[in-house]
Amino acid sequence: MALLEIKNICKKYGENQVLEDISFKIDQGEILGLLGENGAGKSTLMNILFGMPVIHNTGGYEGEISVDGQNYKPKNPTDAMKFGIGMVHQEFMLIPGFSITENIKLNRENTKSSLTGKLTKSNKLNRLDTKSMKSDADEALKKLDLKIDSLLQVENLPVGYKQFIEIAREIDKTNLKILILDEPTAVLTESEARDFLEIIKTLADFNIAVLFITHRLEEIKSITDNIVIIRDGKLIETAKTADVSIKDMAKLMVGRDISTSRLRKNKQLDDKDIILELDSFSVNMPGEQVKSINLKVRKGEILGIGGLAGQGKVGIANGIMGLYPTTGKIYKGTNRIPVNNPRAALMDSIAFLSEDRKGVGLLLDNSIDLNIAYTSLEIKNEFLKKVGFFNVIDGNKVKSHADKMIEDLDIRCTSSKQNTRFLSGGNQQKVCIARALTLKPDLLLVSEPTRGIDIGAKNLVLETLIKLNEEYNTTIIITSSELAELKQVSDRIAIITEGSITSILTPEDSDEKYGLAMSGKKYEEVTDDEY
Amino acid sequence: MLVPIFFIILSIVGFYFSGLTGDFVFQQMILRLARNLVLVMSLMIPIISGMGLNFGIVLGAMAGQIGIIVIMNNGYTGFNGFLIAVLVATPIAIILGYLVGKILNKAKGKEMITSMILGFFANGIYQLIFIIFAGTLIPFKNKDLLRSSGDGLRNTIDLISIKSSLDNLLFPNSPYPIMTFVVIILLFVGIYLILKTKVGQEMRAVGQSMHIASVSGIDVDKTRIIAIIISTVLAAWGQLIYLQNMGTFNTYNNHEQVGLFAVASILIGGASVNKVSWKEVVLGTFLFHLLFIVSPLAGQNIAGDAQIGEYFRVFIAYGVIGVALILHSWEENKKKSLNLNFDLNNS
Amino acid sequence: MMSIKKTYEKIGFPRLIIIVFIIVLLVAAASLKIPLSGIYSDILIRFGMNAILVLAMVPAIKSGIGLNFNLPLGVIFGLFGALVSMELGLHGWTSLFASLLIAVPLATCGGYLYGLMLNKVKGQEMTVGNYVGFSIVSFMCIVWTIAPFKSPELVWAMGGTGLRTTVSLENTMEKILDNFLSFKLFNVTIPTGLLLSVGLLSFLFWFFTKTKSGIAMEVAGSNENFAVSNGVDVNKERIKGTVLSTVLGAIGIIIYSQSFGFLQLYNAPLYVAMPAVASILIGGATVSHAKISHVLIGTLLFQSVLVIALPVINIISEGSMSEIVRVIVSNGIILYALTRSGGVE
Repeated sequence: MALLEIKNICKKYGENQVLEDISFKIDQGEILGLLGENGAGKSTLMNILFGMPVIHNTGGYEGEISVDGQNYKPKNPTDAMKFGIGMVHQEFMLIPGFSITENIKLNRENTKSSLTGKLTKSNKLNRLDTKSMKSDADEALKKLDLKIDSLLQVENLPVGYKQFIEIAREIDKTNLKILILDEPTAVLTESEARDFLEIIKTLADFNIAVLFITHRLEEIKSITDNIVIIRDGKLIETAKTADVSIKDMAKLMVGRDISTSRLRKNKQLDDKDIILELDSFSVNMPGEQVKSINLKVRKGEILGIGGLAGQGKVGIANGIMGLYPTTGKIYKGTNRIPVNNPRAALMDSIAFLSEDRKGVGLLLDNSIDLNIAYTSLEIKNEFLKKVGFFNVIDGNKVKSHADKMIEDLDIRCTSSKQNTRFLSGGNQQKVCIARALTLKPDLLLVSEPTRGIDIGAKNLVLETLIKLNEEYNTTIIITSSELAELKQVSDRIAIITEGSITSILTPEDSDEKYGLAMSGKKYEEVTDDEY
Repeated sequence: MLVPIFFIILSIVGFYFSGLTGDFVFQQMILRLARNLVLVMSLMIPIISGMGLNFGIVLGAMAGQIGIIVIMNNGYTGFNGFLIAVLVATPIAIILGYLVGKILNKAKGKEMITSMILGFFANGIYQLIFIIFAGTLIPFKNKDLLRSSGDGLRNTIDLISIKSSLDNLLFPNSPYPIMTFVVIILLFVGIYLILKTKVGQEMRAVGQSMHIASVSGIDVDKTRIIAIIISTVLAAWGQLIYLQNMGTFNTYNNHEQVGLFAVASILIGGASVNKVSWKEVVLGTFLFHLLFIVSPLAGQNIAGDAQIGEYFRVFIAYGVIGVALILHSWEENKKKSLNLNFDLNNS
Repeated sequence: MMSIKKTYEKIGFPRLIIIVFIIVLLVAAASLKIPLSGIYSDILIRFGMNAILVLAMVPAIKSGIGLNFNLPLGVIFGLFGALVSMELGLHGWTSLFASLLIAVPLATCGGYLYGLMLNKVKGQEMTVGNYVGFSIVSFMCIVWTIAPFKSPELVWAMGGTGLRTTVSLENTMEKILDNFLSFKLFNVTIPTGLLLSVGLLSFLFWFFTKTKSGIAMEVAGSNENFAVSNGVDVNKERIKGTVLSTVLGAIGIIIYSQSFGFLQLYNAPLYVAMPAVASILIGGATVSHAKISHVLIGTLLFQSVLVIALPVINIISEGSMSEIVRVIVSNGIILYALTRSGGVE
C-alpha cells in the first residue's frame, strides 16, 4: 500500500480549471520529484495537500487523497500536521529573534505541568520545559548532521543554516511521514545545495517520503526515485527517474500540444544599431534579483525575457526604470543614463508597463483620463495650459485624448471619468498601454502584459504592442512567464535563471532547449552521463 | 542605554538645583514607586506581543476607579473594601480589555494611535456616566459622593476610609508601603512566569512576526486579545493601588494622565516600542518620578517660577514619547532600505 | 430597495448617525421653543471659524501623510503671529494682515522641517505627529511664560509671569472678518467676510490641486509606487503637503481667534487637531482620501451638532454635557475611521 495516494484530483478557481484529474502515489522512503512550469498547478497541488485555507475558500477540490490507507481531507494546516505531512515553504518561516530551539519547537513546545496550568487545566499555562525542548532540537539537528549550538539566535545565521533548521523543525514532528519541499535549494549556494541534497537522501533512509519541487532538473535527476510532470494542470508523465533523460524532462515540461503561431514576421535588424545596452547590471528586487548581466538590445527589436518565477526576469525592467536599487551601467544609444533614477529613464524616452498593474501601474481611485495623460503631463509638460503664472491641467484636452484612446483600444468603461479601480483586468491593462502610447517612447518595457486577463483581451494587447513596434519602430522588451506568448511576438528570447541570462534563444528553438534553459543549463552542456 | 543615562544626568542636575534633601527625595521616591510601578508594569505584555505602547491602559484605570466608586457607594472600608474594589474592577477590566483587543485587532499596524484615541473616547463615555447619569439614571446610596446639585460625582472623593489599606496591611506602623511592594514583586514574578509558559511563548512569537506565528498554527488575534486583557487588568489593579496610596480620588482627572505618565516612564527607563524588561520598568518609573519631584523646585530656583518646572515635566513626558516614537520608526525604515542595499553589495 | 441601499452607502454609516442626531436635536430644539434663527447664525459663524482648520487636513491627506494630528504646530505659529502684531500695537485690518504676514513664513519653515522629519518615519506619521504636536504645545507653555512680551494687553498685570492664558482681541481684530459686509437675512446674521475668506482659501487650494504641482502632490499621496515610476519625487511632495497643512493651520487659528475674540495660549492648542480630524472624517474623507467638499460638509455637520446640542442640552441637563458630546462624537468618528480602512498607516 502506498503511503500517500492521490486519485483524480481536480480543482477549479472560478471558471478556471487549474488541476485536472491528477493521480500519483508515494511510498515510504521514496523521493518523488514534481516538475512543471509556473502556472502548471504545482503550488495548487501543494496547497491542497497541506490544507491551505485558500483551497477551502475557493470551493474545495474534487478527488480523493489517502494517507496510509486512511481517507485524508485536510481543511487547514493543522489537519495536515496531524496526518504527518510537513512542508518547507519557499520563504523562511523562522522567527529571527528566537533561538534555533525555539524555532524548531514553535507552537509545539514541550511543557511541564505547573501551578497555573493545573489550576486552569490548560496546557497553555504550563511552563515550557526548556531542557527537553533543547534536547529534542539537538536530536533533530543531529539527524541532519548539523553541529551548531541550538541556543543561538536564528537572526545571525547564514542562509544555508536557516534552510536546515526548517527541515529540522519538520523532522522533529514525531509523526512526520511526508515532507513537501518547495524549491528548497533556491536560496542556497552550490556547496550548500549539495549538502542539502545529501540530507534529503538521509531523510529517505528514515522512511520519510519526500515530495521534491525544484526547477533544477539535475537535482531531480540526481536524487529522486520517480518523477511526476504536470503541465497546464494535467498529468503528463509519471516515470522512474532513471528512465527519463534530462533533455526529455525539459521537453515534457515545456512542450505544448497546440502549436503557437507567430503573430508577426521576423524582422530584419541591424546588429550595430543598439538602442539599449546593459553592462554588469545588477538589481536588488526582493525575490527577483538580477546578478550582473550584460545585454544588448537592437533598435526596432522585440526582445522577450522569460524564465521561471523568482529567477530575476522581472527585475530587469524594474531596474532599468530605477524602481529598485541597481548597480552597473545603462546606455541608451550612446547616452549613459543614471541608475536608480526613474525620471531620467522617462526623460530618455523609456516607458514601463509594470507587472504590478494595481500596485504600480494605476491610480485606482482616479479617472481613466488622468491615468492615461499623467506620465506625459509630468514628464513632457503636455496636457497643460497657462493660467497666469501657473501650469494648470487642461481638462478638455485630457478628456478628448482619453476618449480617442478608449475608442482605439476598445477600453470598456462607462466614461473616461470612471475610476480605474472598477475596470476589469484587461481594460486596466489597456489603460496602462494607452498611457505608454501617449508618451510615444523609443523603448517600451512591458512586464507580464497579459497576466490575469482573458484570451480575447490578451490577443488585443499583444497586437497593440506589435502595431506599436511596426508603425513607430518602437523597441519593446517584453517580460512574461508565458513562453508561448513570448514566442508569438519576440525576435529573440532571453531566458533568465538565478539572476543571470542562461541563453538567448530564437522563437523557433525546440522545447528541449527552452526547458533546459529554464532549469539553468545550456542545451550543449547537458549530457546524462554525469548521473 | 543613552536615554536612561541622559535622564539620570538631567535628574541629578535637577536634584542639585531643587535644593531638596536626599532624605526627603528618598521618602518620596519610595512612595511614588509603590504608587506607580504596577501601572507602568501593565505596559509590558503588549510591548512583548508586538502591539506597541498600549495607551488603552486608561480603560483599565477606569475599571479600577469604578471599583472604588462602588465600594465608596456601599460603604465598604479598610482592606476588605480594597479587596471588594479589586473584585469589582477585575471583571470590568477583563471585558474592557477584550473590547480593546478586538478593536486593536482591526487596526493592526496602527495600534498606538488607535489605543490613544480609544482612551479619549472612553474618557467621554466615563464622563457621560459619572457626570450626567450618576445620581439621575444611576441611583447612588451615598449622597456624599454626589455634587450638591444631586447629579454627577464630585470632582474629588475622599478615600480616607481605605487609605493605605494595602500599603500598611500586616505592618500598620511602618512608614513604608511594605505590603504594596510585596504585591509588586509578586506581580513581576507573575509576569515572568506567564512569559515562561506556552502562552507567553506564543505572545513573543506573535510579537516578532504575526505571519509566521499564524502559519505555525498560533491564533494570532486571540493571543493579542489575551495580552491586552492582562494589560488592562494590571492597569485596573495598578490604579487601585495608586488610589489607596494617595487617599484622595480626582474623579475626572486621575485616569487621564495614566497612559501618558506610564508610557513616558517605561520609555525613559530605556524600553522601546518592541523591547522591555522589568529593569526598564523600575528604572524608568524611578527616573520619571524623580524628575517629577525635583523639576518644579528646580524651575523655581533657576527661572524664578515654579510653573516653568511644572510645564517642563509635562514637556518631558510628551517629548520622551515623541522622540522614542520617531527614533523607533526611523530605525525600522532604515533597516528596510539597508537590507536592500546590503544584499546588492553582496551579490 | 436597491436605491435605499445605494443612498445609504453613499451617505455612509457615520454621517447617517450624525444627520439623524441633528434632526433629533432640531426637533427637540423646536419643541423646547428655542429660537432657531440664533442657532442658524451660530452654525454659520462656527462653520466659518473652523473650516480653515479642517481644510488644513486636506493637503496632508492628499500628499499621503494621513490625518495631520500635528495641527498644533501651525496653530502655534498663527498664535505667535497674532501676539507679535499686538505687541507692535497694531489694530484692525493691519493687525490681521500683520499676523498673517508673520505667521505664514514661520509656518512654512516649521512645516518644512516637520515634513523632513515625517519622511523619516513613513508609516507612523499619525502616531508620531500626535506626540510631536503635544511636545510642541507643552514646550511652548514654557516659551509663553518666559517670552519677552511687554504689551500690557498680553502679559499678566500681576500675580504671574509671562503671557496671559487667554488674550483678548477686543481692541485689535475681534470679529473683523465676521462683521465685514455682514447683513441680516430672515433674522439670521450672515458673517459675510468670514465666509468669503473660507471661500477664498478653498478656491485657492482647489486651484492649486489643478496645477501640475498640485497633481503631482496628489499622485504621490494616492499611490507612492505609481508616483515613483512616473518620476515624481515622493518625499518632496509629502513635504509640500505638510507645509501647506501647517500654513493653513496658522491661518486657520488666526481666523478662528478673530471670530472667537480671544487668543487661547498654553494648553489650549493641545487637542485642536481632534475636532478638525473628526470633521473631515464626518464629511466623508478617509485616512487616504479627502476633498474640499468633505471639508465643507464635515465642518457644517460637526459644528451643527455642537451648536444645536448646546442649548438643547442646557435645558435638559447642564453645561458640561456638550463638551462630553464633542469628545465622544469626535473620538468615536476617528476611531471608526482608524479601524475601518485596514492597513493604511
